[in-house]
Amino acid sequence: MTTNTLAATRPTRRDFLKSAGTVGAMALTIGFEWSSGRRALAGAVAPSAGAAFAPNAFLRIGSDNSVTVIAKHVEMGQGAYTGIATIVAEELDADWAHVRVESAPADAKRYANLAFGTIQGTGGSSAMANSWMQLREAGGKARAMLLAAAAKEWKVPVADLTVEQGVVHHTASNRQASFGALVKTATTMPVPDHVQLKDPKDFKLIGHPAPRVDAAAKSDGTAQFTIDVVLPGMLVALLKRPPLFGATVKSFDAAAASAVPGVVKVVQVPRGVAVVAKSFWAAKQGRDVLTVEWDDSKAEKRGSAALMDEYRRLADQPAVSARKDGDAAQAIKDAKRKVSASYEFPYLAHAPMEPLDAVVKLSASSCEIWAGDQFQTIDQANAAHTAGLDPQQVSIHTLYAGGSFGRRANPGSDYIVEAVSIAKAYGADGTPIKFQWTREDDIHGGLYRPMYFHKLEAGLNAAGELSGWRHVIVGQSIVAGTPFAGLIKDGIDGTSVEGAANVAYAIPNIAVDLSTTTTGVPVLWWRVVGSSHTTYAVEAFIDEVAHAAGQDGFSFRRKLLDQHPRMKAVLELAAEKAGWSTPLPPGKGRGIAVAEAFKTFVAQVAEVSVGKDGQIKVDRVVCAVDCGTPINPDIIAAQMEGGIGFGLGAVQYGAITLKDGRVEQDNFNGYRVLRMNEMPKVEVHIVPSTEAPTGVGEPGVAPLGPAVANAIFAATGKRNYVLPFSRAGAA
Amino acid sequence: MSTSFTLNGKSTTLDADPNMPLLWAVREVAGLPGTKFGCGMALCGACTVHLDGKAIRSCVTPLSTVAGRKVTTIEGLASSPAKAVQAAWVKLQVPQCGYCQSGQIMSATALLETNPAPSDEDIDSAMSGNICRCATYSRIRAAIHAAADSIKV
Repeated sequence: MTTNTLAATRPTRRDFLKSAGTVGAMALTIGFEWSSGRRALAGAVAPSAGAAFAPNAFLRIGSDNSVTVIAKHVEMGQGAYTGIATIVAEELDADWAHVRVESAPADAKRYANLAFGTIQGTGGSSAMANSWMQLREAGGKARAMLLAAAAKEWKVPVADLTVEQGVVHHTASNRQASFGALVKTATTMPVPDHVQLKDPKDFKLIGHPAPRVDAAAKSDGTAQFTIDVVLPGMLVALLKRPPLFGATVKSFDAAAASAVPGVVKVVQVPRGVAVVAKSFWAAKQGRDVLTVEWDDSKAEKRGSAALMDEYRRLADQPAVSARKDGDAAQAIKDAKRKVSASYEFPYLAHAPMEPLDAVVKLSASSCEIWAGDQFQTIDQANAAHTAGLDPQQVSIHTLYAGGSFGRRANPGSDYIVEAVSIAKAYGADGTPIKFQWTREDDIHGGLYRPMYFHKLEAGLNAAGELSGWRHVIVGQSIVAGTPFAGLIKDGIDGTSVEGAANVAYAIPNIAVDLSTTTTGVPVLWWRVVGSSHTTYAVEAFIDEVAHAAGQDGFSFRRKLLDQHPRMKAVLELAAEKAGWSTPLPPGKGRGIAVAEAFKTFVAQVAEVSVGKDGQIKVDRVVCAVDCGTPINPDIIAAQMEGGIGFGLGAVQYGAITLKDGRVEQDNFNGYRVLRMNEMPKVEVHIVPSTEAPTGVGEPGVAPLGPAVANAIFAATGKRNYVLPFSRAGAA
Repeated sequence: MSTSFTLNGKSTTLDADPNMPLLWAVREVAGLPGTKFGCGMALCGACTVHLDGKAIRSCVTPLSTVAGRKVTTIEGLASSPAKAVQAAWVKLQVPQCGYCQSGQIMSATALLETNPAPSDEDIDSAMSGNICRCATYSRIRAAIHAAADSIKV
């Protein structure tokens, strides 16, 4: 099954071309809602003959029975393509073997993320949640039109027809027709205003592990990423950026770089100096010998240690209230027993496996972009602004993204803007330019998960009940100064306090305050956003409070979750499946944590063992998740497994540190991530549900850190207040 | 300067800087983009190919070192362990973003070609040089065991 019809961009992949060409030949986009933008993209594979049924913007059925689902979301590993196709195919009663997925063009009118309003983009674990009803209706209406077509052709009532796996049957007359055979008549049928969607008990694909549409291509090297795009006459560009955030080019000497064989041009752009060459290797060699003098006068020159000192100081200063129930200060003052702790979280890089890249073909009147694009209409607008064009003149081909974890969803479109600015400086003459970051560019490049300092205090009354809770968070705002600044309400950036301000535990007196800082270090959301730090602080601290109360961490939490039945249920399920009450041998420890992120509930129990050298190993993680209606249980499990591994690498090793403003890590040696030998055994248990589906790409990350930290405490008696554990000397 | 070697079973001569890493030579000169760039320093394994049957990191291997030798990339995998590995990858739904998987599959294949029944420790030592940021590690491990089982007679 292929998932991308942009095969023409890679002429060497004959088999890929052939299969895409077959689909293209059969598919003529004649749908009623099909705009010129769509045709322009489809033009890349030159659909020329045949018939297709395209009743709406989300699917197209070919006379060859192919069902092409148009994905408005990027596939970056989270399984969005498969999930989207599953929803459409379910209501359509399609044959899964005939389903393929292609990416939608940038078009906020048809392809907006309904969770974002008028922006087309992917993030906040929203792909399934916002597509759910939209795509069920898209599939259901198409099915109704195919049935109407069969009824017309056979002159029988629609009510007498059934559909199974892409074939319409009329049992009484023993007639049947595949979707492909009905395409011509279906296109003449009116689009129904309303359609009866399936009763969930009749789901055949939803709730079952349909195989991923991209698994085969990602197992034989044929899946096409941006780095694989080849266009006639294409050049490769690398950009030399300033070593300090906020520095600018003072002057540069291109002589040595220009002398490297294969280097075509050296151009200055707002973010640095680019070397444009005939190959990556030539561009890299050129950049290595390029000398640039930087103007550091406005650059951020503080180190992360100095910033953390300031954050620590700010935690004791007045801050903006994000939540206030009762009088927390008084309750803590009056408490029988007080507990306090503070937590330090570093900057984190996303480090997706595919270093950022984009291919740009810019001329005086158009800009064509190929990228693993996560924010299509934002990138379109930023590219247009950079190029001096209208957004409609910018087309985007969204390819598979080699990971993102938030990095490719950036409001300033940094790497896209850099690519367009290089193409512009090169001459905007229609020469395709592949703009490639190296791993060092990625680690040095900023847009990190912000650094944070958290300070917590709690009070226990004479009965051992949690009577007061104070939580102060200090750190940069992710959305300030971006098109997402609307998320800041009354001085509170919701992404800084999510997971903390909405702490679910029944505590009579709660105060959560935020002190927002400003630094020259660019920041961005990172997988699970606010909950990547708030859940650690809340769940490590409540564990400490439970311990102070002389109670078990699980039962202490459980008693405080009566008002949150779904959260309580995942907590109970994880504890039960992990065998919470069974004792572990000496040298081992078990820890629990629970979180709600993006309306998905996840609890995890981690088991760790302490080696002879004091080394901590995470042996096992049991995960319970409630994400509403499970669309694909195998992908849900995969996202929990992946989230656990991603989160574990971060809490054990992840840190971007700055010395005098300069990033101290360069590559995967300094910026360590989880490796195979460190991956725990993971068990995932999914709560059966008929609620609307919510996301799974991010929430699995949230409880992992505190579950492990709490397990380390159970095994060693030591708490980790400084992240990552490797910096605190506990891993 | 040209370098001659066997690439995926075919005699090949590439006209390129002999210091160019094999990674870029196979991707940009030979036009085989299945092998991926991840770090450029042999730290992540995304660029893994086979040189005379052994897994190597092509991002730090100059083109000149492969003169007269046999290079296999993901596009040229044909052995029975390789096919078993790829089938297991699909069966166990290993890939997420998929970017590192060519390298993972090349490392896993090289392992099974020399050790048809690897233990978990063998898998750790053969695979820990291959990073997967999606952390598909549990499934990679399971798929290697499944592939090993499937080629047992």
